[in-house]
Amino acid sequence: MSDANTRISELVTSNDVVLFMKGTPLFPQCGFSSRAIAILDHCGVAYESVDVLQDMEVRQGIKAFSDWPTIPQLYVKGEFVGGSDIMMEMFEAGELQQLMDQSGVTKAA
Amino acid sequence: MSASAIEEAILAALPGASVELKDLAGDDDHWAATVTAPQFAGLSRVAQHKLVYAAFGGRMGGELHALQVTTVVPT
Repeated sequence: MSDANTRISELVTSNDVVLFMKGTPLFPQCGFSSRAIAILDHCGVAYESVDVLQDMEVRQGIKAFSDWPTIPQLYVKGEFVGGSDIMMEMFEAGELQQLMDQSGVTKAA
Repeated sequence: MSASAIEEAILAALPGASVELKDLAGDDDHWAATVTAPQFAGLSRVAQHKLVYAAFGGRMGGELHALQVTTVVPT
């Protein structure tokens, strides 16, 4: 297992909800990441974000980790959920909120 | 990437699919694709999207930065 893989594993298992994104929640650097943050905020859950622009190793490593070519990427309880399109589809169907409830993730303060 | 190139790549990977493209920014570079394909039946959303991404090989996220994907299972 590569170093990046180990770090990513630790990130997604030690936090209930993790979003790998470009930029930060306050200053997203990409429209897709911005949309992902807006969805998470609507869900009202606490989340950890990782700015891949600040970490080349994670930026490349995360794509191999999930076998998913794009960023953002959402993980809940260590499981890869999807990118921003899937987040939007799930949110609109009420499935994302359901997943958060069922997973028992911490609510936003 | 042009609309015809995107459609061609998806159809090559998913024969029998139908592809609807929308140019989001009018710059030939930001696309939204709605892909309806029988191959999606029974698959999770992640697996469905992976099939679409796979159509672009390594170009996804690079040459094709902005592709919004919606997958539909034909009824």
